[in-house]
Amino acid sequence: MNEIIRIAQLRRTFQVGSEQVHALKGISFTIYSGEFVSIMGTSGSGKSTLLNILGCLDRPTSGEYFIDGNPVSQRSKDELSVLRNRKIGFVFQSYNLLARTTALENVALPLLYNNTVSAKERREKSIRALEQVGLQDRMLHLPNQLSGGQQQRVAIARALVNDPVILLADEATGNLDTRTSYEIMSLFQQLNEEGKTIAFVTHEPDIANFTGRMIQLRDGHIVKDTPLVTQSAGAALAALPVNDD
Amino acid sequence: MNLLNLFKIAYKALLLNKTRAFLTMLGIVIGISSVIAMVSLGQSSSQSINNQISTMGTNLIMVMRASQRQGGVNVGSTNVQTLTVNDVEAIRSQAKYISAISPLVNVSGQLVNGSNNWPGSVQGGNAELISIRKYKVASGTNFTETDVRNSAKVCIVGETVVKNLFTNGESPLGKMIRFNKIPFKIIGVLESKGQNQMGQDQDDVVIAPYTTVQKRIAAITYIHMIMASASSEETASLATQEIETILHDTHKLRADEQNDFDVRTQQEMLEMMNSVSGFLTVLLSAIASISLLVGGIGIMNIMYVTVTERIKEIGLRMAIGAKNRDILLQFLCESIILSLIGGILGILLGLLLSYGASIGLNWPFIASVPAIGISFLVCAATGIFFGWYPAKKAASLDPINALRYE
Ligand SMILES: Nc1ncnc2c1ncn2[C@@H]1O[C@H](COP(=O)(O)OP(=O)(O)O)[C@@H](O)[C@H]1O
Ligand SMILES: [Mg+2]
Repeated sequence: MNEIIRIAQLRRTFQVGSEQVHALKGISFTIYSGEFVSIMGTSGSGKSTLLNILGCLDRPTSGEYFIDGNPVSQRSKDELSVLRNRKIGFVFQSYNLLARTTALENVALPLLYNNTVSAKERREKSIRALEQVGLQDRMLHLPNQLSGGQQQRVAIARALVNDPVILLADEATGNLDTRTSYEIMSLFQQLNEEGKTIAFVTHEPDIANFTGRMIQLRDGHIVKDTPLVTQSAGAALAALPVNDD
Repeated sequence: MNLLNLFKIAYKALLLNKTRAFLTMLGIVIGISSVIAMVSLGQSSSQSINNQISTMGTNLIMVMRASQRQGGVNVGSTNVQTLTVNDVEAIRSQAKYISAISPLVNVSGQLVNGSNNWPGSVQGGNAELISIRKYKVASGTNFTETDVRNSAKVCIVGETVVKNLFTNGESPLGKMIRFNKIPFKIIGVLESKGQNQMGQDQDDVVIAPYTTVQKRIAAITYIHMIMASASSEETASLATQEIETILHDTHKLRADEQNDFDVRTQQEMLEMMNSVSGFLTVLLSAIASISLLVGGIGIMNIMYVTVTERIKEIGLRMAIGAKNRDILLQFLCESIILSLIGGILGILLGLLLSYGASIGLNWPFIASVPAIGISFLVCAATGIFFGWYPAKKAASLDPINALRYE
């Protein structure tokens, strides 16, 4: 199987005043193509710090990192920007859609920063991404005309539009109610079945249960890295009481 | 990122807040339009002055009494009575570069025809005065040297005088009018010349033999002024020197003594006025430039606020692959678009203003191409200069902090 992400002895230390905060204390793992990995841990355990490094938004203090076979540790800022643009799809807790901008334009945004994509391709790819997340009839809606779940779907479509090697989600269901969370997880499962590699940060065990492998962090260390028996989010959704919302 | 995409991003960002974009532009619009209007009106005014040269004649020379100092006190030119008809004759007989010359005696008073009154003045001259002043007799005749010798009570009047004294439209020729109770017979009417560059009505004029004005109205033996035509435009300054030498002699002034008269050419007067209007143009343009500066600071202010407001957006753009330079260029592009659109609107408004003003002032309308070009460049520079700092601030944000920003 293809290695999508390989990190070895990754450390990240923040300087806060005169004190050093060790957010990651030597982390190693490999994520293979087609995996759906959840990164679990309590608040402050270093999940976001890890995801930011995986997403090339931040650089490790030490350690090695390869994405899709490319070494990342020594890259310049601009090179990291290109890696983010071509290899990575980010999904955030708070959607981060541009206000007063249609779903289609929001989804097209990453492609505007890619010279090799023409305007026509941009439109086609954006429409396809919106279809993938089931929003083909909401393409010209503005964020404030969409529900939270729908906004997160637009954000997922935006993450998919550049066909990244991995989707990185940081508490992507954190702002959503249970039913909508399950719907979003069902979408992630569907994308994973279609072949997408996904790393999903969460602190909720029931959400982690929808993934195929769980890496648990505590105080900047990995305390557990196990395969899971994947539960179907669709089934969980069907099992929810009808008047849940 | 290619420029088209960059422009698209900046343009869309601006469209999201149209009102603010417009208000931001307003400063630039006002600044540029006032610069354009000032420069353009300044050029119109000097053009209008220059146009006047052709109607007044650049070869007109005026000799006036100099204002003199007596014991350090400036007694003003009216108290000085140094110019006489002898001076005129001396110049006429000795000067080589003069084609025509006339004394001028000027008295103001009340013109009366029956029940019609008109406040005016009578200008006394010889038969050459009309041609020196570039007037033409439209109907009737000019007075003659004989009329001058006899102090004949005849006059030639301008259109404005006719209009006000002959209100029921009868022909003024041959009619008698009274000036300060003295009757004058109208023997000619002047062709209309309209206003001069000072806005004076050149048709509000009565011309009579200077002898008549001297003896019968003013009761004086001196004259107020000498008017002459240089034989050509080129010899005007030679003629001026000549007159100065001649009068220096006839007035028996010592070599080191100050002249008790002033010789001015029309050209000099016009140049003087041009320099005044040029100075005003520079001054007003400088004031207008300050408003442009204020407009630029307005752009900087708004761009700065915009950056702070959009920190999360900037973080997102970085997260999906925008380089620092892309962010810098986006915000720079936004401020350049603002200032250029503001500049274009300002240029149009400025042209409109100066067009309106030049119509109102009866000046020629001039769209100053260099001023427009420079304004355009200044706008672009304003956008870059005042947009740079906010854009730099946006580009230097850390994506993680920006994404977390609330
Ligand atoms: N920019 C930073 N500066 C200083 N300390 C930081 C910074 N980012 C994270 N940390 C610290 O690193 C640790 C891990 O944080 P984080 O990765 O955000 O945790 P999680 O996402 O698991 O809640 C925390 O102790 C946090 O205070
Ligand atoms: Mg976190």
